[in-house]
Amino acid sequence: MAVVINGSGTVTGLAVGGLPDGTVDEGTLATDSVTAAKIPASLENTFVSGRKNLIINGGFDVWQRGTSFSESDNYSADRWTDENSGASITITQQSFTLGQTDVSNNPKYYLRWAVTTGNDNSRITQKIENVSTFAGETVTLSYWAKHSSGTLPTGIKTALRQNFGSGGSPSSVVYTYGSTITLTSSWQKFTQTFTVPSINGKTLGTNNNNSLDVSLGWQDGTETAAYTIDFANVQLEKGSTATDFEHRSYGEELVLCQRYFEKLGNPDGVSGNVFFGITSATNATSARGPRIDFKVTKRATPTIALTGSLYYLSGPTWQSTAGWETTTQFIFGSQTTTGGVAGTAYTLSTTSGAGNYITADAEL
Amino acid sequence: MVITNAKYIQEFENGNISVRATLDGVEMFVPTDTANRHYAEILKQVADGTITIAEAD
Repeated sequence: MAVVINGSGTVTGLAVGGLPDGTVDEGTLATDSVTAAKIPASLENTFVSGRKNLIINGGFDVWQRGTSFSESDNYSADRWTDENSGASITITQQSFTLGQTDVSNNPKYYLRWAVTTGNDNSRITQKIENVSTFAGETVTLSYWAKHSSGTLPTGIKTALRQNFGSGGSPSSVVYTYGSTITLTSSWQKFTQTFTVPSINGKTLGTNNNNSLDVSLGWQDGTETAAYTIDFANVQLEKGSTATDFEHRSYGEELVLCQRYFEKLGNPDGVSGNVFFGITSATNATSARGPRIDFKVTKRATPTIALTGSLYYLSGPTWQSTAGWETTTQFIFGSQTTTGGVAGTAYTLSTTSGAGNYITADAEL
Repeated sequence: MVITNAKYIQEFENGNISVRATLDGVEMFVPTDTANRHYAEILKQVADGTITIAEAD
């Protein structure tokens, strides 16, 4: 039997047995009558679609530059740079024990941040391209961390920095600090919700290098004692809730990293020659080198560096590395070689060895 | 960042296309793109009078 209540009053005290199928449909609920607060946390990940983590290499899986660094304001794990402010820092890749359950989602690696001489404002930072990222919105930063050794300084916190770039007359950087955290020797998941300031009325620099920077392990105090902090599974996402860490495959993560840094030639450190291409001499003293296409279009025209040696097989002497380049390719420099024979083709190769490679760096 | 031995590289008809320099002990080829962080730093140190860039051969 159906009971129909035809009026606008409130009915209380009814004991309701289960609602029949079809009773609650889209016409039953008023628009926006179910808010995010009424969605159980256990279901929240179900409703998140697409890419949610703005941090690249948040799981510290990609280390194209190596796995151990004594740093001075430079990059280590892909996309992560230290800003040591006078501190002395060592950064290393560490492996989780297979099957461990201390940190959820089975991460493979974590980053060890060893401060050998502390100083205030030292921290590890990821620069997210484009200062308009999340401007005026609420975001949540989540990460796992533990105090591995040493004496922690008085305050460790996180921070966002809106960097309007360089060139011309850009607006000053804007810092938004998180709360001080309490680290222990056990892994803990930390979350910090920020309201990212609006950038309305701000001015960008002319060098196209503005960014939203995310910093972890920010030392508040001026203590100089040594300490070590481990970081894992870093995520920055829209909204006020820290959801589960977003899994991306190693291949996906590597491609995202290669927009900013790419290692060509012998990226895996396998010993042997690597052949870059064939070119021909214009005359005895000149030859334009072969063209190399980057795997991923770069953020900006990258800096090229050679580790190891290049040579022409049975040809003139190799003299320099980078020449004309764009964000998608570069041509090995035109050479002032000796011993070239006009019209003769030569193969450019690395010498044999594990340490021969070329890097293209377009980091912020 | 310590920058030494900065010198322009000229490429055929394209003029000065990059700067060959030693940055923190590593030889690098830095394109003349102001969005490149190394070139921005080179220009900053030139403006500060810390370094000069030699002309290409």
